[in-house]
Amino acid sequence: MRERLRIDWILNAIFVPLVSVAAGFVVAGIAVAATGADPLAAFTALFQGAFTNRNAFPETLVSTVPYVFLGLGVALGFRAGLFNIGAEGQFYIGALAGVFVAYSIHGLPAIVEIPTALVAGMAGGFVWSAIAGFLKARFGAHEVITTIMLNYVAFLLANYLVDTPGLMLAPNVSTPRTPDVDPNALLPIIFAGSRLHFGFILALIAVPLVWFLIERTTIGFQLRAVGFNQGAARAAGMSVGRTMVMAMGLSGALAGAAGIVQVLGVSHHMTDSVAAGYGFDAIAIALLARSNPWGILPAALLFGAMHSGASFMQLQTDVSSDLISIVQASVIIFIAAPAIVRWIFRLRPEAARSVQITSREAETPV
Amino acid sequence: MDLEVQWGEVHALLGENGAGKSTLMNIVYGLARADAGTVEFDGKPVQVHSPQDAIRLGIGMVHQHFMLIPVLTVAENIVLGHEIQSAGVMDLNGAYLAVRKLSERYGLQVDPKTRVEDLPVGIQQRVEILKALYRGARLLILDEPTAVLTPQEIAGLFQIVRNLTAEGNAVIFITHKLAEVMAVADKITVMRRGKIVATTTPKESKPPDLARMMVGRPVLLRVDKGPAKPGDVMLRVENLVVMDRRQTVVDNVSLDVRAGEILGVAGVEGNGQNEVVEAIVGLRATRAGHIVLGGRDVSRRSTRRRLHSGLGLIPADRHRQGIILELPISDNLILNRYDLPPYERWIVRQFRAIRATAERLIKTFDIRAQSPDQPAASLSGGNQQKLVVARELGAGPKVLIASQPTRGVDVGSIEFIHRQIISQRDAGLGVLLVSSELDEVLALADRVAVMYRGRIVAVLDGEGADRDRVGLLMAGAT
Repeated sequence: MRERLRIDWILNAIFVPLVSVAAGFVVAGIAVAATGADPLAAFTALFQGAFTNRNAFPETLVSTVPYVFLGLGVALGFRAGLFNIGAEGQFYIGALAGVFVAYSIHGLPAIVEIPTALVAGMAGGFVWSAIAGFLKARFGAHEVITTIMLNYVAFLLANYLVDTPGLMLAPNVSTPRTPDVDPNALLPIIFAGSRLHFGFILALIAVPLVWFLIERTTIGFQLRAVGFNQGAARAAGMSVGRTMVMAMGLSGALAGAAGIVQVLGVSHHMTDSVAAGYGFDAIAIALLARSNPWGILPAALLFGAMHSGASFMQLQTDVSSDLISIVQASVIIFIAAPAIVRWIFRLRPEAARSVQITSREAETPV
Repeated sequence: MDLEVQWGEVHALLGENGAGKSTLMNIVYGLARADAGTVEFDGKPVQVHSPQDAIRLGIGMVHQHFMLIPVLTVAENIVLGHEIQSAGVMDLNGAYLAVRKLSERYGLQVDPKTRVEDLPVGIQQRVEILKALYRGARLLILDEPTAVLTPQEIAGLFQIVRNLTAEGNAVIFITHKLAEVMAVADKITVMRRGKIVATTTPKESKPPDLARMMVGRPVLLRVDKGPAKPGDVMLRVENLVVMDRRQTVVDNVSLDVRAGEILGVAGVEGNGQNEVVEAIVGLRATRAGHIVLGGRDVSRRSTRRRLHSGLGLIPADRHRQGIILELPISDNLILNRYDLPPYERWIVRQFRAIRATAERLIKTFDIRAQSPDQPAASLSGGNQQKLVVARELGAGPKVLIASQPTRGVDVGSIEFIHRQIISQRDAGLGVLLVSSELDEVLALADRVAVMYRGRIVAVLDGEGADRDRVGLLMAGAT
């Protein structure tokens, strides 16, 4: 019995995502072949560009770091039954809040400056996302709508702040950007000769922390209870509204962490266009990981690899780097429709795993 | 299994929840597929793949939950999908006429021009029956048709059923209530755990025999309880008013629940009982009035604080409010105390304490589970309900609000839950019992309050409460 549940779990949690990814590549391969190019050559180049070329693997990890934080954020929202589409906007606001702190402070040791900037970035993301949580809790506004809208507000706010002299625009620069952060606030490089920075370690620490938060704390329990059944959570005395604000806030804090870590580790300042579709990739990552924090790691690595291998592929084979968008989109379709994958492989649906309870009392014949 | 229904007969399908009655009928009506076996209709084997097939054959079904569109009129609902039209325009007058003719023929009085949402539930049921007849049903399946009716409405329904069979139609009457079977059935088929265990008639089998066939062992049909020894007032509801979409759904309700007594609230569902319960627990905003718990006014307190100051709640709908199906049994058993010691230290959950409590409650309340870790969804309905009862009584409340505490539960679990409630009453618990099963209220309550249209229309002594009198009060008679 327990054995069967375990097998079902492995099938559903590991096999289905793997098949979805494979199917995504097949669909993308067909698209490449349709344009007359060689899909095998394209994927080989993609792999080389992501893993085997000189310095490719550290670069892949650099791309993976923001994906881990963003994926964790979206997954945490999912666990509370909330669909946070606004990770990108929260990423921006986190980066803005963090970079402001990080270029404003001077002369403090790194051990103080880095955490201060990180906290500022996470606070920015928390507040931005909690707005959507509040609107949902107070007025019933759907978070999908409000977070999308807040994305636009975040983009334009960032543009305005970064482009306006006297606000966050650095003096004497040719393209609009903020001043560079204080050198002591920079995340140290952990692999000499590459761009791989300490943010990678932070991402590795974040995974078990978020897992612990969701599975082992009362906050996480409240979050999951509300996610599963608001009525029962409310009847048990939980404040559904407060939980939703908290869940959205935490989700946004993780997206904000992605933003500020990217600034402190890679860009060192903010231009008026940093994030490039990160927030939406994060949704795919969370789906692929089935909202399990541990699953975020491989999923983020996959997206990081595609992100960093794409330009080499384009250089080598003339296949547009947009190909990875096809892979990602197909993966999402297969993940979002696990019924297809289960049907193809004749798997038992997950919902049907009921346990038969046999009665203890003896039957008296009629 | 074999089931044979003859023209002109009322055939009762009797069994507990989960015995397979509805599944069997869904197969006949084309909503479910049989793994093996055949259905014969009018002597010929038939293939029913969809309700459309069933309707074409002349089989109609009235579900437990009505499938009517509230904003449309009676006639519009009845002809829906089979509209009379001329040149693509719906012929409403034709529909009114057809409906009027049909309702006169079977004595089903209903105004075809009224909107369904303005009709009482009993009349809505008539509309459902008319809908089936309009589509040419000669075999009518009624799934638990009395669940939402007052005793007087039930009598009316029985008359309609007899009119139908007098014209040569057949009626299959699905129920778990013995009294109804005795009153209306010509033939009785008893089901237990997916099998037909007997086919009999009301003359051959008496209620105790039927109960034994249904459950598989002798059943106590009465609840044994001693007289109540009421103590201090534990819960006082004063002049409670609740609005819902600008309508007064609870109208100046006052109640006292004393320690050591069970106050039963009888009433047809939808007369404000649910809103009273939710207002007491703090799940619904009130317009006016006070909730006093153990001498303290808790009207402005959160649900959490009310629960923590000694209120227990068995909600009417366990899947919507009582349990979280996806979570383990253990988590469900501490759902209202998850953030109190010893289940929480700082913000970290203490699984050892949670498990210990779960194991104790599973044993005390006889929840049939293999492990506290299995999801609550894997329990049967009766055991899920025992889980809710275990959680609420296990917390040692001063007042228990039990709303439909045995709905959708097997007879064994009903007996168990009733015994638990009574023994806790004897230990000094104050109980507010809300149930649309009049028999349950009459069996358990020491005092009976009757609700009608948001008001308490009478409070009767439990011993003196007469079934017919309460039934009339439930229907609005004064």
